[in-house]
Amino acid sequence: MGEAALKLVESDRFALTEVSVETQLAVERFLFRQAEILDEAEWDDWLALFTEDGHYWMPAREDQEDGEGVPNIFWENLDIMRMRIRRNTHPHAHSQSPHNRLCHVVSNVIVEKVEANGDVIVRSRFHCAEYFRYQVRNFTGKYRHYLKKTPDGYKIALQRVDLVNREGPYDYVMQWWV
Amino acid sequence: MTWSNDEIAKLVEPDRVHRKAYVDPDIFDLEMERIFETLWVYIGHESQVKNPGDYYLAQVGRQPMIMTRDANGEIHVLYNRCPHRGAKLCTAHSGNARRGLRCSYHAWMFHLDGKLNNMPAMQGYDGTNFDINDPQFHMKKPPRVDNYRGFWFASLAEEGQSLEDHLAGSKLAFDQLVDRAPGKEIEVVGDCFRMVQQSNWKIFLENQLDSSHPGVTHESTGHAALTVESDIKKHGEEPPMAYGFLSDFKRIGFDGWTKFGTVGYPNGHATLEGYMGLRPTDPDTNEYVKRMYEAYGEEKAEEILAVDLHHVLVYPCLSIQPPLQQLRTIRPLGPNKTMTEIWHFRLKGANEAIYQRALGYYYLVNSPSTMVNADDLFNWWKCQQGLESDGGDWVSLHRDYGRDYQEDGVWHSAPDSMSELPLRHMMQAWKTYMTANGKGA
Ligand code: FES
Ligand SMILES: [Fe+2]
Repeated sequence: MGEAALKLVESDRFALTEVSVETQLAVERFLFRQAEILDEAEWDDWLALFTEDGHYWMPAREDQEDGEGVPNIFWENLDIMRMRIRRNTHPHAHSQSPHNRLCHVVSNVIVEKVEANGDVIVRSRFHCAEYFRYQVRNFTGKYRHYLKKTPDGYKIALQRVDLVNREGPYDYVMQWWV
Repeated sequence: MTWSNDEIAKLVEPDRVHRKAYVDPDIFDLEMERIFETLWVYIGHESQVKNPGDYYLAQVGRQPMIMTRDANGEIHVLYNRCPHRGAKLCTAHSGNARRGLRCSYHAWMFHLDGKLNNMPAMQGYDGTNFDINDPQFHMKKPPRVDNYRGFWFASLAEEGQSLEDHLAGSKLAFDQLVDRAPGKEIEVVGDCFRMVQQSNWKIFLENQLDSSHPGVTHESTGHAALTVESDIKKHGEEPPMAYGFLSDFKRIGFDGWTKFGTVGYPNGHATLEGYMGLRPTDPDTNEYVKRMYEAYGEEKAEEILAVDLHHVLVYPCLSIQPPLQQLRTIRPLGPNKTMTEIWHFRLKGANEAIYQRALGYYYLVNSPSTMVNADDLFNWWKCQQGLESDGGDWVSLHRDYGRDYQEDGVWHSAPDSMSELPLRHMMQAWKTYMTANGKGA
């Protein structure tokens, strides 16, 4: 199990931690900026959000504790993310033409834990509308981030995304992170 | 409209198929009756109901089914319907009902073999025609249920070929799935992915063995995977083997795709030879081969591992990839809507790296975020859209027609071709079943 996944397991996922206004604002600003990056398709900035071994993870089941070794809806390291960006923006990514458009709202931001080294576990809710092939579809769920404090600001070591309709059935495929 | 057998037969010519076969709602109903509710249809693997009391829902044509395991470990397949007032019994995809199945409407209780156990206020039936031992008050059983090596099937036809006779050459898929486990057993991993295709079920089957599509449909993914692989190599590292499954789309090229033969077995089953080079000589594969030798002896192990298959189609409902431990089953929902259940299996006794490798493929190709099937699903949807139009009546299956050859009742594609043999083969089987009026074959 990865270090960040272990931290999420060990942390109380209902905990409310007293944090300074500065910390709360910095964490919120990070989450809002991540949503904006997706909405604006700024892919270099997207990759820069993650640590070198960071993962974007959407489990297939609620009881999963780690993305390693089990089926997932998303389980992506930087290499797979780079592959996805290249593939989705390739002129012959047939199903991606015309490109989609996303619009996120992130809310209910609760800092769950602050580690001694300044790392943060934060949970939040999101709603994302996607305009794709001339139709709107909706994604809703929970985020749980393990944010590493670095000299360049926070970086995502692990982002867990629990979609409200996780078990499907899926009458579409998800080609971008939500 | 009502379709006579003659009219149905005219939809399928040796080298082309009429669009109505894919879009007509009455044809779809006849397919449900004469193909899905007649032939052997896949229910599930025994490991889906591992413990006594476990149940799992399935579908045979339009019929909701449930697979259960009783206290003695016996597996049963039953209609998922309460014989009291007809309510569907279970609605969760799976669960455990150790103490029996209980209807949510008036609490009739059933044993896991479908027999009625009891109900509240039973005295109300005293002196009526109700009899707790009468099968009409039990959950109905399909006429025939059988398994091949732990894979369970049901047939709603009273008579017809045995399961093994029906599976014919496609038995190889199940043999390979199980025999590739050094522990000689496999089990499902987690739940399946459920994906809905906005297209006819035959379009899915036809795509599976179509070696002329990957280089085109999956070009963007092949290109992206190849680039990422070479970036990783530049840093002196080895990319995970699963990436190679995607970069193959770019690497192989049209000439390459002609090297993989297709085979058509009796009853509509078909196979495409493997191309992914799953017998490399890296330490993980070597360790796995060593375990296979220990389990089977060298000769038998080599025989098992020498079988190189990419896909096996088990007509009409399965697409299996044995070297990657995957199985997809289809549940048609309408002429233009098809549900797929996509399963991954773990080989008992295999080293973890082999499991991880296949899991990588499962993720990249078959998860709801797939960068591969995304473009397949898109093309199938487009086919459905086009076929629903009056823009033309026929689907062309002409590629290499007349060059396939037959040996001992088995069809083989011409060497160095991307023959549309499997498509022609399946449609000929379709014609036979559809004009046999549900009498099996
Ligand atoms: S319908 Fe099932 S108990 Fe009445
Ligand atoms: Fe494909």
